Amino acid sequence: MNARVIHWFKFASPQNFYVLAGRMWPWFATLATLLAAVGLWISFFVAPTDAQQGEGYRIIFVHVPASQMSMFIYLVMAAWAGFGLAFNTRLSGMMASALAPTGALFAFLSLATGALWGKPMWGAWWVWDARLTSELILLFLYLGFLALQSSIDDPRRADKACAVLALVGVVNVPIIYFSVKWWNTLHQGASVSLTKSPTMASTMLWGMLIMVVACWMYAITIALLRVRNIILERERHTEWVKHALE
Amino acid sequence: MHWNSVSDFFAMGGYAFYVWGSFGLTAAVVAGEVLLLRAQRKSILRNLRDELLSEGSPS
Amino acid sequence: MKKLGMLSVMAAVLRREVSVALRQKGEVLTPLVFFVVVASLFPLGVGPESALLLRMAPGVLWVSALLAAMLSLQRLFATDYTDGSLEQMALSSTPLGLLVVGKALSHFLLSGLPLVLMAPVLGLQFGLEGRSLGILMLTLLLGTPTLSLIGSIGAALTLGVRGAGVLLSLLILPLYIPVLIFGAGAVEADAAGLGFGGHLSLLAALLVLSAFFAPLATKTALRISLE
Repeated sequence: MNARVIHWFKFASPQNFYVLAGRMWPWFATLATLLAAVGLWISFFVAPTDAQQGEGYRIIFVHVPASQMSMFIYLVMAAWAGFGLAFNTRLSGMMASALAPTGALFAFLSLATGALWGKPMWGAWWVWDARLTSELILLFLYLGFLALQSSIDDPRRADKACAVLALVGVVNVPIIYFSVKWWNTLHQGASVSLTKSPTMASTMLWGMLIMVVACWMYAITIALLRVRNIILERERHTEWVKHALE
Repeated sequence: MHWNSVSDFFAMGGYAFYVWGSFGLTAAVVAGEVLLLRAQRKSILRNLRDELLSEGSPS
Repeated sequence: MKKLGMLSVMAAVLRREVSVALRQKGEVLTPLVFFVVVASLFPLGVGPESALLLRMAPGVLWVSALLAAMLSLQRLFATDYTDGSLEQMALSSTPLGLLVVGKALSHFLLSGLPLVLMAPVLGLQFGLEGRSLGILMLTLLLGTPTLSLIGSIGAALTLGVRGAGVLLSLLILPLYIPVLIFGAGAVEADAAGLGFGGHLSLLAALLVLSAFFAPLATKTALRISLE
């Protein structure tokens, strides 16, 4: 048991992690697909019609997972970034970079599905409610991360700079959320709120939960695949990469 | 199951555009990410092989 | 003895920054002019209806001040970086954090404070009067140092990077949003009879938080950029 614990550190090397990720991703992909299938089944065929929102509420089965994932991924990204800064490991920075595009896409999906939900329910494509506005700002934070990364040529410096940015961002997320909530309650004009979801039947809750976990598995799969690409790109002058191609 | 017919299912009680728009967008994003990653991997491997070939000497 | 050392270092940094800036007076005045121009664009964009302008005033003035403060951020480290003096400062025995605070303070003195003093003039153009003008100035006085501190993080991260100017804006504007909300909200809250105390305390809290944490982040970012 003790021997296994020590061996974890060997996966901090990009070469070893490349192999490990290569073996892991199919499992996560399978889990994601299965869970998504079950989740979608529940979304469309088990969850009942809502009294107020009819069939339109079913959007929450993608909207809520997207929002949850966008926030969760940012946290994980910042954690990897912090790790990389603290322990000066190359792989941590690569993991953060691998997660960022997926997180940004989930934030975008959250906003887009939120708009598609809001329009029929509350008559407007966009409402400046606290949650949606905070989600928009989260998307800006993701875009800033991606922009900073692409403008610094040296990958090590880019990783470290983005790490600082991610950590500053993660500290700011609660502050931003709090200030936006404050702003929203002061300007009572927008009395509609996307947080007024339909009263949840337990099947609806289960459906959402399963979809959230499905998205989680999907995010892990994509991150593993992307980090493999990043590792290949960055380590291309090493011997093991050359051997891996043959 | 509470759909009376296939067309009812697709109509989504009048919300078809919004519901299918949302799920469709999600599916498009998922498919897009997977395809992009696949294409990225192919291009990286292709470039690596070209580099190795141009280096000439077998390692 | 050590405390005196810290203060004299800060004073030296401030003196240096101010004297360098005053040699290039244009660089100090341009953001101020920008502030005036941008604030004047809004009435041109939405029409001169006085009720609308009055409602818009705190927000418009705060956004314009925010953008103007951001313009001069690039200068914070860039010139020292290109001529090599930043590296010398980093290698010296003075703690880098102290230097960073000094630089942020000088940025506030050279760009934030002029904005605070200019704001009431612009406020009059929007129909703000006495009490509201005073509150606006107070919020800007508390808020602009925070903008300088947070901005220094962005300036350090984008040192020597392609397209640093716009990138810096993209990076720190989301971080500026809480300051904007509480700063602009204070005047409106007061006008609605809710009092501005809450907003001011929150602005003060943000200032304290950023005074504590921003130099840490900026210091780290500088070391990364200087590697």
